[in-house]
Amino acid sequence: MNYQQYLLPVLLLPLACFLLLGLFGKKYLKNASGVIGTASMLVVTVISVLVAGNYFFADGKIDGVYQHIIAYKYSWLAFSPTMSIDMGAIVDPISMMMIVVVSFISLMVHIFSLGYMKGEERFATYYAYLSLFTFSMLGLVLSSNIFQIYIFWELVGASSFLLIGFYYNKPSAVAASKKAFIVTRFADFGFLIGILVLSFYGGTLDFNTLIQRLTAPQSGEYIAITTASFLGISMLTWGLSLVFIGGAGKSAMFPLHIWLPDAMEGPTPVSALIHAATMVVAGVYLVARLFPVFAIDVSALQVVTWVGAISAFIAAIIACTQTDIKRVLAYSTMSQIGYMMFALGVSRYGGESGLGYTASLFHLFTHAFFKSLLFLGAGVIIHFVHSNDLKDMGGLRKLMPVTHIAFLVACLAIAGVPPFAGFFSKEEILTASFHSNKVIYGIALFTAGLTAFYMFRLYFSIFWRKEPGVHSTHHADGTTSMKIPLIILMICSIGAGFVPFTKMVTSDGVALETHMDILFSLVPITIVMLAIFFAARMYKKENGSADKMAATFGNFYKAATKKFYVDEIYLFVTRKVIFNLIGRPAAWIDRNIIDAFVNGVATATGSISVFIKGWQSGKVQTYALCFFSGIAGLAILFIYLWK
Amino acid sequence: MWTDFLILMKQEMAVVAMVFILLFMKLGKDRSNESYMNVINVLLLLNLILGFVCNREGILFNEMFRTNKLIVLEKNILNLAMLIISLQSWSWLKTHKHVPEFYILLLSSLLGMFFMISSGNLLMFYLGLEMSTIPVAAAVNFDLAKRRSSEGAMKLIFSSAFSSACLLFGISMLYGTTGTLVFTELPQHISNNPLQLFAFILIIAGFAFKISVAPFHLWTADVYEGAPVSVTSFLSVISKGAVLFVFVSVLYTVFSPLAKVWYNMIFILSLLTIAIGNLFAIRQENFKRFLAFSSIAQVGFILVGVSGGTDISTTSVIYFVLIYVFSNLAAFGVVSVVTSATGKENISDYKGLYKTNPALSWVLAIAMFSLAGVPPTAGFFGKFFLLIAGAGKGNYILISIAALNIIISLYYYLRVVKAIFMDANSTPLPSVRIPLMSKLAFAVCIAGVISIGVASPVYDYIYSLIVLN
Repeated sequence: MNYQQYLLPVLLLPLACFLLLGLFGKKYLKNASGVIGTASMLVVTVISVLVAGNYFFADGKIDGVYQHIIAYKYSWLAFSPTMSIDMGAIVDPISMMMIVVVSFISLMVHIFSLGYMKGEERFATYYAYLSLFTFSMLGLVLSSNIFQIYIFWELVGASSFLLIGFYYNKPSAVAASKKAFIVTRFADFGFLIGILVLSFYGGTLDFNTLIQRLTAPQSGEYIAITTASFLGISMLTWGLSLVFIGGAGKSAMFPLHIWLPDAMEGPTPVSALIHAATMVVAGVYLVARLFPVFAIDVSALQVVTWVGAISAFIAAIIACTQTDIKRVLAYSTMSQIGYMMFALGVSRYGGESGLGYTASLFHLFTHAFFKSLLFLGAGVIIHFVHSNDLKDMGGLRKLMPVTHIAFLVACLAIAGVPPFAGFFSKEEILTASFHSNKVIYGIALFTAGLTAFYMFRLYFSIFWRKEPGVHSTHHADGTTSMKIPLIILMICSIGAGFVPFTKMVTSDGVALETHMDILFSLVPITIVMLAIFFAARMYKKENGSADKMAATFGNFYKAATKKFYVDEIYLFVTRKVIFNLIGRPAAWIDRNIIDAFVNGVATATGSISVFIKGWQSGKVQTYALCFFSGIAGLAILFIYLWK
Repeated sequence: MWTDFLILMKQEMAVVAMVFILLFMKLGKDRSNESYMNVINVLLLLNLILGFVCNREGILFNEMFRTNKLIVLEKNILNLAMLIISLQSWSWLKTHKHVPEFYILLLSSLLGMFFMISSGNLLMFYLGLEMSTIPVAAAVNFDLAKRRSSEGAMKLIFSSAFSSACLLFGISMLYGTTGTLVFTELPQHISNNPLQLFAFILIIAGFAFKISVAPFHLWTADVYEGAPVSVTSFLSVISKGAVLFVFVSVLYTVFSPLAKVWYNMIFILSLLTIAIGNLFAIRQENFKRFLAFSSIAQVGFILVGVSGGTDISTTSVIYFVLIYVFSNLAAFGVVSVVTSATGKENISDYKGLYKTNPALSWVLAIAMFSLAGVPPTAGFFGKFFLLIAGAGKGNYILISIAALNIIISLYYYLRVVKAIFMDANSTPLPSVRIPLMSKLAFAVCIAGVISIGVASPVYDYIYSLIVLN
């Protein structure tokens, strides 16, 4: 058990690193800050892997069931004997899986940035922010209660704000960071209310106790939360849906996804860390964390399912039409997270029916590797081409062989071609949805095809299409520190699918027996292969077939390029509706009523204070008089008047 | 056993030893001021450490003297404050002619407070109180060249005389009606009859005078302004803290039969005190007068916590005093450094301080935030727990008014912060060199202000000691 004490350094090391680099980095450490940050991250990764390995393979199981262990507990604010805010670390399959993913990807990004951000003026600040983000994300996944997770949740939001707006003299980056912050903050408001609802009825903030109380049908808390209702919907559904809104905001689910594509203004390694592997899956993690409660409320799960499916589908369509390499990846992220969400939605608690839960987290796990690989690869390409636009690329395969292979592997993985990592996890998601909801299965299948299509559209446009104009001997793959993470992540993207995930992470902690059904896999594989073939036909050489295709779809294509006008709808609602109907009247009340009241209080206080200043005369005899009148006053009041 | 005696009275013994060491040093050859200060600082530090070891419960001299872990902790808080003040006085005392006398006065006063906190008998309490007041009155006069200093000392002596007379009158009436002065025996004999009520009011007035509760507070501003900064900080932190500790325990144990009366009384007095402290603090120009009124308002908030009457109230009061030690002494420390270097004492002199003295500005700003109760400084948590304790009685009017007044108090605390950071000034104070000892004191204060609020073990520890008793 005592290996879990090492979880504390896992949290504290990045925090210490942030303080060190943030306070002294710019002045004293300069270029050494990258090495310091990376070294501390390496230590954190090693500890995380050891602790997680120990949990999964040595002492996490009792009677074949993985336990939820509270490694630390420290009562921070005790409101009453039954209600307190604790700070703790939870050890269970998902938190262990997540600390490995977060620290590992963060390490890769740290190493990659050594080369990518070299020469940047605020190099130390960049590493300080990375450390802060890693600290918050690790804190989030280890949180043992719902309030603690909220604190770290907000910290993640704040640090991602800092990272997206890292190039603060670029107006578009500033705008993007603001947008990301406001949209997610807006969603977090829902989360907060959800927390209040659940903890009010559950009578606790602690995850384990909360889940225990709300899932036991005889318990008073369960009866209270299911019988109480608002607008005809039970409070349980309300609470869970509100929590899910918070998750949807961070995970960029439709219609709260609008911040994610813009957030690509941040440095590319940051996109790999935040917008591919860690922060955006926080929503999935949150639903998984509360999954036993979600599982007893079918309507909340329906919300999760449909939001996930719609997001997956819409994002895939938009991704087909974008020409900015990072935006394509951003929409593909959104689409894949949608996959994870609906996989959770179609799942139930325990046993065979819990396959969706396992599949979702499995996909989260594999997706982290290949998506960060894609982003880092894109980083290398952008570093070389100095442009994000697909138009400026083409024929790069000979110039950057390492990146080319890595990118190809990642594309195969995300498309779900066996035996790459994405195939296994996607296969499980498809199986789970096939068994529970045929409509969802159809959407999933179609999305899988679209995914393969737009990923290979990207691949062919970047590396083929044109023949390289200049045959330079100079390698464009970047520095060694940029190549190493690519190679490591490439190996992971090939191998991650073979991790015996179903034995390790399940909804009830009991290992799940699954078997691959070749016949079942035949349909998705065929669709994926066809999609890749189409992409190759259209984009491998410049032959105008892509434009013809676009012309066939006409207005639909145009709408997809414009991201289905969701941004415009938001602008209309905020500018025209909210500003006029709420903003203006609120401003009027603020100016004419609140300010007037405050000013009035100030004036009144001022005049009273001038008036009573005379009592403080400086004469001792006056003071004595006052003293005795005080006693007399109290005596009269308490002996005669107020008995 | 005499060993018992040594262990139970270890802190008193240590202070007596310090006084004697000073006397012997003074009798010997001429020594530099630094050597006195170094010796005392080291001894105070040792006494602080001593307060953490060998703590036992016990009663001596027929219940005249009692001690337990909580009382030792309270004394230790005062000892810590004394150490900080001693460190902060460095630059002022360096050139002063009567350093040993200064320390002997303050240490005697501290000794009186220790006895007062440990007293188990009203007579002993009275002796301790007097012993703590008279040396301070002499210390107020320690700016020998200034007439204001003498004026302050005079006023303090006169006013103390009234209050002591009243207190003694109250005690004698109580003795006349009950036949005892022992804390543990008094509650059985006290009831709601007018004579005892009047005695109680007189005793309360005595307490209220010491912790400057309105309308018994009028001496405060004049004395604070006249006294040297170090003595002012001693008065505002240590004297008040000591009396508050005793006040809470006397109120909750000896006068528990009158709980209903004192609850209403505290209710009225706290509102009056907060209001008067706030209203006067808004207008003050002199920094020390400003801090005097701000400390009056702070005591008003403490009374809100006192009104709760439970273990949580006691905890929150002690916790707040601890926080108050750090935040108020940080503020006084800055004033002390600035005054001894430039002789300027007005808030308007501090305009643009940030340009020339960024370190001092930050210390002062953090202290102001803590006094105002802005999170995440400790002051926020202190006030939060006081209000929670006060809310235990369910009197939400009191809590709401108190909370509103916290907002009003923000105005004058932030006025100082604004002056430091934002107001333009063509002739800001010159850059001041901070002596090493003051730097140490600032470091302790700021560490306290930042860490105590966030770290709940401190609060829990105090609570556990109180529940223990």
